[in-house]
Amino acid sequence: MADATAPPAPARRRRPVGLRVLRGHLWLVYGFLYVPIAVLVLLSFNRAGLPTAWGGFSVHWYGELAANTAIQRAALNTLIVAVSSTLIASLLGTLLALAVERRQRRSGLLDAVLFAPMIIPDIILAIALLSFFTLMRVTLGLHTIVIAHVVFNIAFVCAVVRTRLKHFDYAIVEASIDLGAGEFTTFRRVTLPAIFPGVLAAALLAFTLSVDEFIIAFFTAGAGQSSTTLPMQIFSMIRFGVTPEINALATIVMLVSFTVLFTAQRMNRGVIGADA
Amino acid sequence: MSTARTRTLLFLAPGLGWLALFMLVPVGIVIADSFFQRGVYGGVVYTFTFENFARAFDPLYAGVLLTSAKIAGLATLAAVLIGYPAAYAIARGPKRRQPLLLFLVMLPFWSNYLIRTYAWIVLLNREGLLNQGLRVLGYEGEPINMLYTDATVVVGLVYNYLPFVILAIYASLSRLSGDLWEVSSDLGASPFDTFRRVILPLSLPGIAAGAVFVFVLSIGNFVTPDLLGGGRVQMVGNLIYDQFLSARDWPFGSALSFLLIGIMMALLFAQALVVSRSQGEHHG
Repeated sequence: MADATAPPAPARRRRPVGLRVLRGHLWLVYGFLYVPIAVLVLLSFNRAGLPTAWGGFSVHWYGELAANTAIQRAALNTLIVAVSSTLIASLLGTLLALAVERRQRRSGLLDAVLFAPMIIPDIILAIALLSFFTLMRVTLGLHTIVIAHVVFNIAFVCAVVRTRLKHFDYAIVEASIDLGAGEFTTFRRVTLPAIFPGVLAAALLAFTLSVDEFIIAFFTAGAGQSSTTLPMQIFSMIRFGVTPEINALATIVMLVSFTVLFTAQRMNRGVIGADA
Repeated sequence: MSTARTRTLLFLAPGLGWLALFMLVPVGIVIADSFFQRGVYGGVVYTFTFENFARAFDPLYAGVLLTSAKIAGLATLAAVLIGYPAAYAIARGPKRRQPLLLFLVMLPFWSNYLIRTYAWIVLLNREGLLNQGLRVLGYEGEPINMLYTDATVVVGLVYNYLPFVILAIYASLSRLSGDLWEVSSDLGASPFDTFRRVILPLSLPGIAAGAVFVFVLSIGNFVTPDLLGGGRVQMVGNLIYDQFLSARDWPFGSALSFLLIGIMMALLFAQALVVSRSQGEHHG
């Protein structure tokens, strides 16, 4: 993006050299972030079976993917886990956010419990849940992955909805009640519509988190192929070696994530980073 | 009890209950297990012992802890050094363009971690793009294997966590008033002095938040050392993984996890101190 597009700001001094160096650095950072991904996407359309020697454009590897039943099954499992954990976490997380934001006192302990699932290294939550399920003699499977994913997704949904509620004017709730609407009607007709874009954006993000999550699913899935998720499948493929088929799969997975993220961002500006 | 309080409790209960049952209790079990003995066929024998912690500090495993701390430390340092100027450039850019610039930084962060790591295998392997580039430039020796070193693991970690560092630092920089720069220079400070004495101290909470995040998630990382370190780089995360899935020594794996949780809590506490100190200076 060239500076020429910005209208000249007469009152301002000329952009200092230091700032121009910084902008150069910023573009290098974008290069660092996007070149590896771009190479991956490009190579997924490589006709050659070799990982990097370009043999012409082809969608051959996407065809291979479509014929791979193990991947289809893993994709279906991932979808089941992601949809279930998103639904549960969106409900519980939103209720939690509503309650926490209405409280007069702030509680450090409560904040810590709500923050912990987001910062705790995945491997610890993974082995903790494995220990727990083993001790309680719970059979592992897709349902235990769902339980595990709800843990970090609740915290996540709650955080996003709380940000939305910070801009929420509680006076309209009181107005609604003063005008004779019941508690439930007020919630359904006033509060919910106001926070709904935030809830929906949070749900979309929770969905991508669940779709992409690997380690916790790996530990809580149990033995056997029946509850293999897509990231688990990708992990074993990567360990096996670099193949154009993984490149194609990676491209599709990223395309899905990015589409969901764009939608979430449109729904609730700034949700994936910038607090608008 | 008033209806408002009942409703608050009703709203809190399911979510907090879930977190208590499926996070706090499991972590409690891990902490308890770390003080018990390992059974002959795996599993846990409920006899109290400190043996697991003694083992964690014997030279063999202490070396893994040190390597992990070193790799996580280097990744943190690199991420802050690369991320700070980038965040600064965004915060000093035109206001209306900042959300887009930030969105572009965060987008990769939300994509699949395995895939982002795999992208580096594609770039760095023996037939990878970097080796091909070297050949184009006239290099004629054997292809260099750039994978499976400590440095590769650091690159992978920086790549994955840099966006968050930029976001955290940007968040603290964007809160500073635009006049700060002008006032300081009007009072005769050079741009460098303004930065060192005014801007940098005020952005310390952002640096602390970003650094703690990268360090904690790096030191407990399993995927990056496994894929980019190829088994040659062992970190605590891999050690824990092995104890649970192959060595079947759960109490020892639990002790290692407990140590990680301890490090995490200590760092979060330190970060909270930095934040409250900086707020104190702000208002006081």
